[in-house]
Amino acid sequence: MKRRRFHDIDWWLLGLALTLCALGVLEIYSTTGQIPDTPLASEYKRQIHWVLIGCAASLLVSQVDYHRVVDRALWFYVLTIVCLVAVLVANHRIAGARRWLHLGAVTFQVSEMAKLVIIVCVAAYLGERRGGHIGWLDLVKLATLAGIPAVLVAVEPDLGTALTFIPVVAVGAWMAGIRFRQAAALLLLGVVMLPVGWHWMKPYQRERILSFTHPSQDVQGSGYQVTQSKIAIGAGGFWGRGLGKGTQSRLGFVPVSHADFIFAAFAEEQGFLGTLLVFLLYFILLLRLLESAQLAGDRSGAFLIVGLAAVLFFQVAVNTGMMIGFLPTTGIPLPLMTQGGSSVLFTFLGLGLAMAVRVQRFVN
Amino acid sequence: MEVRFPEDERFPAWKIVVLQYVVAATFLVILGGYWRLQIGQHRQFLEQAERNRTRNLPIIAPRGRILDREGRVMVDNFPAFSVLLLRESTTRLTPAQIDGIARGLRLDRAELEGLLERAERLPPFQPIVLKQAATFEDLAFVESHRMEYPQLDLLQVQQRFYPKHTVAAALLGYVGEVSEDMLAKPGTRYRAGDIVGKSGIEREYDQLLAGRDGMRRVVVNSRGQEVGSMTAIDARPGHDLRLTIDLDLQMAAEAALGDRPGAVVALDPRTGEILAMVSHPSFDPNDFARRISRDEWTRLTSDPQKPLLNKAIQAHLAPGSVFKIVTATAALETSTIKPSFTIHCPGLITIYGHTFHDWVWTKHKGHGAVDLHRAIVQSCDVYFYTLGKMLGIERLAYFAKRLGLGARTGIDLPGEDPGLIPSPEWVQRVFQRKWWAGETISVAIGQGAVAVTPLQLCYMIGGVAMGGEFHQPHLVAHDQLLARGIDPPALKEVRFPLGEETVSTVTRAMWGVVNEGGTGASARQPGLDIAGKTGTAQVVSVSLQQSEHRAAFKNNAWFVGYSPSTNPEIVVAVLVMQGEHSTVAAPVAGEVIKAYYEKRFPKPTGRPETQTHAVDLATPRLGLAAAGTLAARR
Repeated sequence: MKRRRFHDIDWWLLGLALTLCALGVLEIYSTTGQIPDTPLASEYKRQIHWVLIGCAASLLVSQVDYHRVVDRALWFYVLTIVCLVAVLVANHRIAGARRWLHLGAVTFQVSEMAKLVIIVCVAAYLGERRGGHIGWLDLVKLATLAGIPAVLVAVEPDLGTALTFIPVVAVGAWMAGIRFRQAAALLLLGVVMLPVGWHWMKPYQRERILSFTHPSQDVQGSGYQVTQSKIAIGAGGFWGRGLGKGTQSRLGFVPVSHADFIFAAFAEEQGFLGTLLVFLLYFILLLRLLESAQLAGDRSGAFLIVGLAAVLFFQVAVNTGMMIGFLPTTGIPLPLMTQGGSSVLFTFLGLGLAMAVRVQRFVN
Repeated sequence: MEVRFPEDERFPAWKIVVLQYVVAATFLVILGGYWRLQIGQHRQFLEQAERNRTRNLPIIAPRGRILDREGRVMVDNFPAFSVLLLRESTTRLTPAQIDGIARGLRLDRAELEGLLERAERLPPFQPIVLKQAATFEDLAFVESHRMEYPQLDLLQVQQRFYPKHTVAAALLGYVGEVSEDMLAKPGTRYRAGDIVGKSGIEREYDQLLAGRDGMRRVVVNSRGQEVGSMTAIDARPGHDLRLTIDLDLQMAAEAALGDRPGAVVALDPRTGEILAMVSHPSFDPNDFARRISRDEWTRLTSDPQKPLLNKAIQAHLAPGSVFKIVTATAALETSTIKPSFTIHCPGLITIYGHTFHDWVWTKHKGHGAVDLHRAIVQSCDVYFYTLGKMLGIERLAYFAKRLGLGARTGIDLPGEDPGLIPSPEWVQRVFQRKWWAGETISVAIGQGAVAVTPLQLCYMIGGVAMGGEFHQPHLVAHDQLLARGIDPPALKEVRFPLGEETVSTVTRAMWGVVNEGGTGASARQPGLDIAGKTGTAQVVSVSLQQSEHRAAFKNNAWFVGYSPSTNPEIVVAVLVMQGEHSTVAAPVAGEVIKAYYEKRFPKPTGRPETQTHAVDLATPRLGLAAAGTLAARR
């Protein structure tokens, strides 16, 4: 039984993920690893460690019966809420935001954990339901389920991550069978709520949105990041400027080019060819996940995978879109490529769950 | 085994398919965006990336040094820092930023704003200099405020340094930022912000002294810090320039004139080489090497004594009795008189119904019986009034011009005054009137409208003493210019041969002026063969006349001396403004000639012998050194 399970692991999925991670590590090395004697110089090594840890964790999770995870959704949910509150209470700010929780020597970003937990909770809730459609009460419950952690994350402030919960719920509702009038009503509600949301935003968040709508008016401030990342991407051309030769990213014009803006650095050095490759890899990865969702042995498994796919898709689209000025700047990482331990670890844990669902598709 | 979830509980496949299409469509749209940037606008963005990371910084070429004839440094450079404002990527500075920069660099805010306003017209790739000769505090300010003011940068420059400060300042000139007038000239080789020679030698030989600035392309990071350099066009330093000036003689002449306003010119009549050129009061050109302050500039330009003027070539003054040498030469050359021609001088004379007084008339006496020799020695006005009447203005003017007056000598300095020799045509042209006969009488003693520069008098006396051989005065030897690929117009060598008797009569008389108790007796130096002619001019130039300090310029004392009295090798013209009488000018020339011989013959041996002359003439460039060693050996 055990052997069988190991053999059934989705090596394709893991291979795609690891390829993306490798490209990320390469780019992190290119932008930061060649400047000795700075704390950034070893970032790529840390990233490799996290990728290896994440990979091992995903293999481990893939051997676990995912129902045992889904059944404990409530516990995870409560734990996450506690952690999110703890982050706010601890009030330890890095760059003005409270996102990290210190557990001994390790600090991790609770909102990354929250993404995965929301996926599990939505799967647990919707997996129990029967029938082709969901009711209004289900929608309210789902909104509340995702809304509480979303608000806590938004207060950190980390609006981008808070928004990532929306696609999980949306895709969940879609799969569970939302009615047209329900979707229309929710959309209308969202539009009505926009001014309210504006009211609650921090000044820098409003600035980002304004500089998104009027990019040329603020070349040195918020618009600066996008202007510079567009220059970097455009300068890459078709073939790219070559590894370690991206002046925009290496000389610091593209901000945090190893983190949220890693794709600008990647596009600058690897050109449109590299861009195409990365999109292809993500596309195949997402198709593979959706295929697994279709093959899932039960609904909760399918919801798990679809939720994960939704989060990954949303992050890829928003991250790559904001870099070319399609969307406002938000702190959303590019999954698997952006430097950051929490993001890598929890993405791999999610992939582990997806693999577990695939492994157990014939079990029952 | 119980089937917990029957087949019908599975999702309909079309829902997954819809999701697949959503993903594909979204990715395609985003990829389209990347295509547009990376393929469509690639060139434009690559250019922007290059502009982002590179900065063009000028490398300022050091100007050539200016040396005296023995290679001693008269003008040098020293390394200094300038604070630059880079304007390539900067939009307008905010008032707060201007405030901060003004405070940090301790600049006057109004002046800084004026500078920025003027700079608006310059192309944006051109950095502007905010502060020259930056202090350590300025450097620290720029370095520590890279984040706040990324547009500030430091540039190492070679700042002009005049080690002798006021010595020969008017001759050497000064440098400054190129003016807008100069930039506006079509075909100008200057670029805004260039440091150029503004006057004197610095201006005349700017092309030679100025090097060609280089350019350095450096890589900067997002904070504007230099992280590497790409290409560099090396600066080509300017050429050193060797003058004919002898610094020792220059110093002696400066000291001899002292604090009195005036000028001294010493030249070698055999070649036209200027050995010394003094103009007082002077100024310190170092003040201009930094950007000169408004106050200092106002002080220099409003000073009635005009320190910025080079009086040796720009004073426009009546020569007084020095002109009598012209009158005497004209009279002898035209055979109007013989040297023995004698008149009785009662102290005044009436010609054309107008009474002309001799300068000694104030003592109510005349010179008595005077021949030409005595008339020159005693500077008898009545004698020359008489000659003037006999000669007439046409012949006087002709000789004055042939002897080098009334026209620029052509010295290699900007702004030389041509002087003026009046003539009937001139009064007709300028005043639309006939020449008054009485004017001729004034001209004969160097008064009236006659105007000269100290250099012209030097040139004239030297030429007459040389028997009618005139060498164009110059400060830079032509072989030096030819070696630098500059082809200057050949040095003029004018020959207007004078009769032997004329020359010997006039030179003997000028020897008498100094050595027979004449008006120039105070130029006498024991053991030295000095001759010369004095002059006292009551008429001053129109501009000085109009100045409120008119009284101070009542008398200009002249003395033009030379040595030896035949075949001279040095001529010295001295002008002392506000001098009571020509006797104050004569000793200055004596001092300079003494210094000249003290240098040539370290132990003063008196009158040089002919053999030394021969050596000198054979090797004019090495003349001083060779003659010195010869003399020492003897």
